[in-house]
Amino acid sequence: MRIGSTLVIGALAVTALTSCAADQMAQASQSSSSEPQSLASLDGTLNGAGASSQGSAQESWIAAFQTAHQDVTINYDPTGSGAGRKSFAAGGTAFAGSDSALSDTELAGGFASCAPDSQAIDLPVYIAPIAVIFNLQGVTELNLDAATIASIFTGEITQWNDPAVVSLNPGQALPALPITAVHRSDDSGTTKNFAEYLYANAPTQWTAEPSDAFPFKAGEGAQSTSGVVDTVKNGVGTIGYADASKAGSLSVAKIKVGDEFVAYSAEAAAAIVDASPMAEGREPGDIAINLDRSSTAAGVYPIVLVSYLIACQVYADPAQAALVKNYLSYVASPEGQAQAAEFAGSAPISAALQAQVQEAIDSIR
Amino acid sequence: MSAPAELQIRSTQRIGDRIFSRATVFAGATILVILASVAVFLVAESLPALVADPSELPGTQTSFWSYAAPLAFGTVWAAILALLIAVPLSIGVALFISHYAPRKLAQSLGYVVDLLAAVPSVVYGLWGIGVLAPALQPVYSVMVNAMGFIPLFAGPVSGTGRTILTVAVVLAVMILPIITALCREIFLQTPKLHEEAALAMGATRWEVIKLAVLPFGRPGIISASMLGLGRALGETMAVAMVLSPSAIISFALLQSTNPTTIAANIALNFPEAHGIGVNALIASGLVLFVVTLVVNMIARLIINRRKAFSGAN
Repeated sequence: MRIGSTLVIGALAVTALTSCAADQMAQASQSSSSEPQSLASLDGTLNGAGASSQGSAQESWIAAFQTAHQDVTINYDPTGSGAGRKSFAAGGTAFAGSDSALSDTELAGGFASCAPDSQAIDLPVYIAPIAVIFNLQGVTELNLDAATIASIFTGEITQWNDPAVVSLNPGQALPALPITAVHRSDDSGTTKNFAEYLYANAPTQWTAEPSDAFPFKAGEGAQSTSGVVDTVKNGVGTIGYADASKAGSLSVAKIKVGDEFVAYSAEAAAAIVDASPMAEGREPGDIAINLDRSSTAAGVYPIVLVSYLIACQVYADPAQAALVKNYLSYVASPEGQAQAAEFAGSAPISAALQAQVQEAIDSIR
Repeated sequence: MSAPAELQIRSTQRIGDRIFSRATVFAGATILVILASVAVFLVAESLPALVADPSELPGTQTSFWSYAAPLAFGTVWAAILALLIAVPLSIGVALFISHYAPRKLAQSLGYVVDLLAAVPSVVYGLWGIGVLAPALQPVYSVMVNAMGFIPLFAGPVSGTGRTILTVAVVLAVMILPIITALCREIFLQTPKLHEEAALAMGATRWEVIKLAVLPFGRPGIISASMLGLGRALGETMAVAMVLSPSAIISFALLQSTNPTTIAANIALNFPEAHGIGVNALIASGLVLFVVTLVVNMIARLIINRRKAFSGAN
């Protein structure tokens, strides 16, 4: 094989395939010298599994990517974050979706799809704000802080006109109505992220370690996001938490951050990710974020779910590497993020994070 | 003809006989093999959860049994409540069809009841959330206010009506067709002579039913109830959709926190379960398997004991 001609083919293929930046082309031709065939044409099957939170986003990404690349088949099985990380580690899938970054023990365990001695990396590509929704006749605006939310969901506050709620909403006429707090009855990353926010900000009220299951024996349980939204909608004096994109016509509470009350928005949700530090002691391409739930920075909305795509730094199979790289580049691109925002209601990642993620994707081999 | 010749007569074995007998043996063996393989799967997959450190189980547990006990309780409690509603209603409907209604009406009513059995459980679930729970919620509020001193109806009342009593009503509607259909067939089989004898002694129609029909049908009613109970114990979708669950043991019927059932708990939590959590869920499935087995054995026992007095033999 003459290296010169393969370089040309590889570079041509890359330009033809996606809207790749110029710096990425240099990167791609570098890697094509080590695996010449993989970039010649993009075809094959890519299997992923994991978080159901990004399920609908994955569907829209896959549909758009497969339209652009007719010979590629991508499957994403929304089995749940834990199962996704497990099957990725066992080599069953080429990438995983997960609501939490890989733990140190998982990183130490090794990954069957990856080349020996290479690590897996976390890429935050899906940010979903979680809204505190409520249904209270005559009330459309509500200010809440973490301690009050925690007390409502643990069953400490039982009436809408409780002094704690009233003091946060001066001038608002709150009725003497029992509060029905609705939580998820199935295990869910939404519950875990909601609990992480409360645990970080109101540990005296919210005493349970955050987990996928709702930890308290209080309030009303409902199945799945749509179940919670329906229950809140059909009930009287109800409050619940759900993926903000599914809140629909329900009223959404503003959350106290610092001294201000912040309504959720895509920008505010992306801002909390930018305002949070990265996990330490990770590989250069591993963008695991330690969400700073108690951040008091201006304009951040702290109740968000960040879902990662987990891929290998170096794949054992170069063909898979090419597929993963192209697919992830699309997912992280502004077009991919806009696609997910439209179809799944997620908050697009900020430009700064996007650049960082793209850099990490470029380093995949 | 001599006697020895007669003794030597044997039934001729045709090829059809042999094929048919083999086929029935095969069918009988298949069901045993399937049952055994389910049991083996359940036991093998349950073992890790049974021997695991309780801290690894979902929630904060002291042992596997503290995890499984509320679920087992909820399963049996919901099924018993459903039976309490469904059995009297079913017997009434069956008696109406078999003894009171004009023939034309009886036939069409029979069809309608059978139709109930064909409705998928997810539809009952939607009906439970969308119609029944909101409709019952005001009733529950009144009940808690009026009878809250009785522990069964203690407050605070659920704000949405998605309580275990609503679930029991949904389950009752779901098991109604099977109990009604069986009872109807049994009541129709009451020996005409028994009924006529009662009438001849001057009994009214109610007395005929009391003296002839119900005693004759009693083991049948029990079997029908047990079939219904089996369905209520295993019902998943409708319970998962309608109930507001908690991991508690509570007899209160009208509160937001209700004991959940094993099947609904598996359906809700399996999609996101991993590691030892999967084993814990399967182990709870094994508990359900055992509960169902015990219930069936008790039913057999009751039927066998009652057989002598039923007048059926």
